Amino acid sequence: MLSTIVRRLLQTLLVVLVMSGLVFAGLYLIGDPVLMLASPEATDAQREEIRRALGLDLPLGRQYLIFLGKAAQLDFGNSFLTGESAMRLILERMPATLELATLAMLLSVLIGVPLGIYAGLRPRGAGARSIMAGSVLGFSLPNFWVGLMLIMLFAVMLGWLPAGGRGPVESFGPLKLSAFNWEGLKSLILPASTIAVAKCALIIRVTRAATRECLPQDYIKFARAKGLREKRVLGVHLLKNIMIPIVTIGGLEYGQVFAFAVVTETVFSWPGMGKLLIDSIITLDRPVVVAYLMLTVAFLAMLNLLVDIAYTVLDPRVRLEAA
Amino acid sequence: MSARHDASMATGAPPVLPARESLWRVFAAQFFSSRLAVFGLILLIICLAMALGAPWISPQNPYDIASLDIMDSKMPPGSANMDGSLTYWLGTDGQARDIFSAILYGMRTSLFVGFVSVSAAFLIGAAVGLVSAYFGGRIDALLMRLVDIQLSFPSILVALVLLAVLGKGVDKVIYALIAVQWAYFARAARGAAIVERNKEYVEAARCMALPWHRILRRHVFPNCMPPLMVIATIDLAHAIALEATLSFLGVGVPVTEPSLGMLISNGFEFLLSGNYWISFFPGIALALVVVAINLVGDHLRDILNPRNEIQG
Amino acid sequence: MPANAGRQPLLDVQDLRTWFHTREGVVKAVDGVSLQLEQGEILGLVGESGSGKSITGFSLMRLVDEPGRMRAGRLMFDGRDLLSLSAESYRQLRGRDMAMIFQDPMMTLNPTLRVDTQMVEALRAHGRYSRKAARERALRVLDMVGIPAPAERLQAYPHQLSGGMRQRIAIAIALLNAPKLIIADEPTTALDVTIQGQILYEMQKLCQELGTALIWITHDLAIVSGLADRLAVMYAGRIVETGATADIVGAAQHPYTHGLIASIPSIRTRGGDLFQIPGSTPSLMDLPAGCPFQARCHRASEQCLADPPLEEVAPGHWVRCWHKGLQP
Repeated sequence: MLSTIVRRLLQTLLVVLVMSGLVFAGLYLIGDPVLMLASPEATDAQREEIRRALGLDLPLGRQYLIFLGKAAQLDFGNSFLTGESAMRLILERMPATLELATLAMLLSVLIGVPLGIYAGLRPRGAGARSIMAGSVLGFSLPNFWVGLMLIMLFAVMLGWLPAGGRGPVESFGPLKLSAFNWEGLKSLILPASTIAVAKCALIIRVTRAATRECLPQDYIKFARAKGLREKRVLGVHLLKNIMIPIVTIGGLEYGQVFAFAVVTETVFSWPGMGKLLIDSIITLDRPVVVAYLMLTVAFLAMLNLLVDIAYTVLDPRVRLEAA
Repeated sequence: MSARHDASMATGAPPVLPARESLWRVFAAQFFSSRLAVFGLILLIICLAMALGAPWISPQNPYDIASLDIMDSKMPPGSANMDGSLTYWLGTDGQARDIFSAILYGMRTSLFVGFVSVSAAFLIGAAVGLVSAYFGGRIDALLMRLVDIQLSFPSILVALVLLAVLGKGVDKVIYALIAVQWAYFARAARGAAIVERNKEYVEAARCMALPWHRILRRHVFPNCMPPLMVIATIDLAHAIALEATLSFLGVGVPVTEPSLGMLISNGFEFLLSGNYWISFFPGIALALVVVAINLVGDHLRDILNPRNEIQG
Repeated sequence: MPANAGRQPLLDVQDLRTWFHTREGVVKAVDGVSLQLEQGEILGLVGESGSGKSITGFSLMRLVDEPGRMRAGRLMFDGRDLLSLSAESYRQLRGRDMAMIFQDPMMTLNPTLRVDTQMVEALRAHGRYSRKAARERALRVLDMVGIPAPAERLQAYPHQLSGGMRQRIAIAIALLNAPKLIIADEPTTALDVTIQGQILYEMQKLCQELGTALIWITHDLAIVSGLADRLAVMYAGRIVETGATADIVGAAQHPYTHGLIASIPSIRTRGGDLFQIPGSTPSLMDLPAGCPFQARCHRASEQCLADPPLEEVAPGHWVRCWHKGLQP
C-alpha cells in the first residue's frame, strides 16, 4: 500500500512538472503583458524598464528555470496588476471558494442520492421519469442561466436572498468563513444552489445507474430472504455498494467545482478564486494565472489520489490487491 | 439464480427480426418510442426554422440602427411603438431593440457557431482518433496523451485562455470551441475504431492492398458513426452553452453580432432594476435550444449505446 | 423421516401459479404446482433449467420480483395461511420460520460487509439479541456446519473465503433462527464435486438432528435421490410426477422422468452414447395446449392435447400423464 502511494505521489509530481512547462510556454505565447501594463503613451525606454523590472527580458529557458526554482518555494512572483504576492492573493480568496464548493457538493449529494435511489427502485414509475427528465434539464442548462433565474426569482421578485456578494465573515483559525452565520449563509445559498443544480443532476444519474445495477444482485435478494427490514436492505446493503461510484465521481466533481467555479463567482460577484482567475486572464496578469494553474493541477492530482485511496477503503475486494 | 434469470431463461429463443429490416427503420422506431426525444426534436426543428428564417419573420432588424427609435427603449413586453406599427411582444432592451427580433438573430448566431464548431471538431477529432487507432503503437500513445491532457482541463478554462490570445470575433470563438471539443471526438473515435480495427472486414480490406486512408474513410469510419453521433449531439448543446457562457463573460462574440449569451449578458444589469425581460426571454430561448438538443442526444445515447438497456 | 408424521403437513401448497406479465407476453413460470411436506421431511424438487423450480422456491418465500405475480389456491405453512399474511408478517417469517439458500455463494453474500455483520443482522432482525449474544450464537452455528476456526471467519470478508466456505456460511445463516423449513435452491451446483458430497451429507445430518424440513431444488436427479425422502419432478412450470424417492427412482411412470433417469451416466452406459431427451424446453410464454411435454414425448398422442390431471397411481405416488406406465 505504501509503495503504491509513493509511486502515485511521484507520478503526481511528474504531471505537475509537465503542466508547469505547458502553462509557462502557453502563457508566454498569449501576449506581451508589458503592453497591458504600460500606458499607451509610454516610450520604448519606459517599456524596457518595466520589462527589465519584471524579468521579462531574460531568455525563455532562464525564465523557466527561475520560475521552477521559485515555484518549489511556492513563490510565484507578484501580480503584475497589484504587486502583491500571487500566492497570497489566491490563498486570500480560497476560503470563499472553499465554502461555496463544499456547500454546493453537500447539497448535491444530500438531494441527489435519495432521488437517485428512488429513481432506481421504480424506474418506470412517473416519479422516476420526472426525476430523470429533471436531471437532463439540470445538466443541460448553462450554469450562468440557472444563476440568473435564481437571482430573478429569489432576489428580485421575492427579495428573500441577496443577489450577489459575500456575507459577513468570521475567523476560524486561518480561514475566514461566512457560512456559519445567518447573513453569510443567506448570501451563500444562491450561488451554491446554482452549482448544485448541475452536480445534483449528475449524482442522480450516477446513483440511479448504480442502484439499478445493484438491486437485481443476489445479495439483495438474500438480504430480503433473511427477513431483514427493507430499510436495512436499502440503507445498508444497497448503500454500501453504490457508495463506491458515488464517492468516486462526487470526489472528482468536488475538485472540478473547487478549481473552476469561475462562472458562478462572476454571476454572483462572489470574491473567490474563480473570479480572480478570470480577471487575471483578461488582464494578462501572468503570475497569478500561472500560480493558479499550478496550484490547481497539484490539488486535482492529490484529489485523484485521495479518491483512489477512498476507493480501496470502501471496496474490501480492492484492498487485497493493494496489500 | 435470481427469479429474473429464470424467467428470461424460460422465454426460449430470442425473437427473430424479419430479414431485410432496414437499419434506419429499426432506428427510427426506437427513436420515436420516446415521447421526450420526439418533443425535443420538434422543438429543435422549430428553433432551427425560426433562426434560418430570421431575416424574413423578424418584425424588425435589430442591428439596423436606423430602424431603432431610442424613445422605445426598455419598454415592457406587449407594448407598441409610437405609431402602433410594431408590437414589441417581448419588450425592448436598453438600445430600443425589439427583444423578439434580437432573439431570432441571436439564435441564428448561437446555432451557427454551434453547428460549425461541432462539425469541424467532429471531422478533426474523428480523423485524429481513427488514425491513432489504426496505427496504434507510439502514435496512438502520443495522440491520446495529448487528448488526455486537453481533457483534464475544463473546457471553459481552455476557451478563456484561447480567446484571451485570439481576441474577439465570431470566427475566433469558433476556433476556440473547436479547440475545446475535438478531444472528445478523438477519444470516442479512437475507442470505436479500436474495436473495429480487429474485425475481419478491415483485414479483408488490407489484403486487397487498399491505402490506409481509404480503409479508414470508407470502411472503418461509417461503423464508428453511432457513438460519434451521440457525442456530436450532446456536444452541440455544450458548444452552444459554452459560447453563451463566454459571451456572457464578455470574451465571446462581438456586440455587432450578438448571440443569445451576449443578449443575456447585456440584460444582466437591468435585471436588478426590474426590467427582467431583457435577460429573461433570451435566457428562455437559450434554455429551450439546449434542452431540446439534450433530450434528443440523451435518447440517442440510450439507443445507440449497446451497453444500455432500451427499457431504460 | 420422523416416526410421527403429524396430522397436518408442515407445508401445504395447492395450485401455485406465478406468472410474469412482461411486455412481450405472459411467462407462466409456475403453472399449477401442488406440494405437501411433513415436519422434518426432505423433498427433492427436480427439473431442467427453465422448469420453474427456482421460482417455486421464491414464490414460497414471496420473493418474486416485478413483473411476476404469485397466487395459489392454498398456501398453508405451520398451520398459518400465508396467502393472507401482511407484508410485515411475511418479513418476520422469512429467515426465522422459513429460510432459503441460494445457488451462487459468490454473490449471495454482500461483498462490502463482513461475515459477522451479515450473520448478526439475520439474528437481530428477528429477536432482541445483544451483539455479544448474537455473535456467540453465530459462532455456535458456524461450528455446527463444520467451519474450522469460526472466530476468524467471522472477521473475514466474503471474497476472502472459498466457494465451499461461503456456501457453508449461507447454510449457517439459514440455520441461525432454527427455521422449520429450509428451501435450498441448487446449493451445490456451483461447487466442486468433492465439496458437493460433503455439503450434501452435512445438510442431511443437520436436518435429521434439528428436525428441519428441507426442499432441495436441483436439476441433478442423481444427487438428490441419495438425500431426499420424496421427490417431485417439474416440467414447464408443473409437477409431472411426485412420490417417495424409491418409488420414483425404481418405478417412475412419467416419460419425462424416464428420460431424466436414463440420462444419468452410469457403469451400464459406459462406452455407448449418452441418452438425451430429444427436443428442448418449450418457451414458457406460449405453451401448447394440453401436456407441455408432448412435443418431446415418444408416447404422445391426440389425447395429449388435453391437460392431463394429477392422478394417484400408488399410495403417495402421483403422475400427470395420459400414458403413464412403467418404462418398457
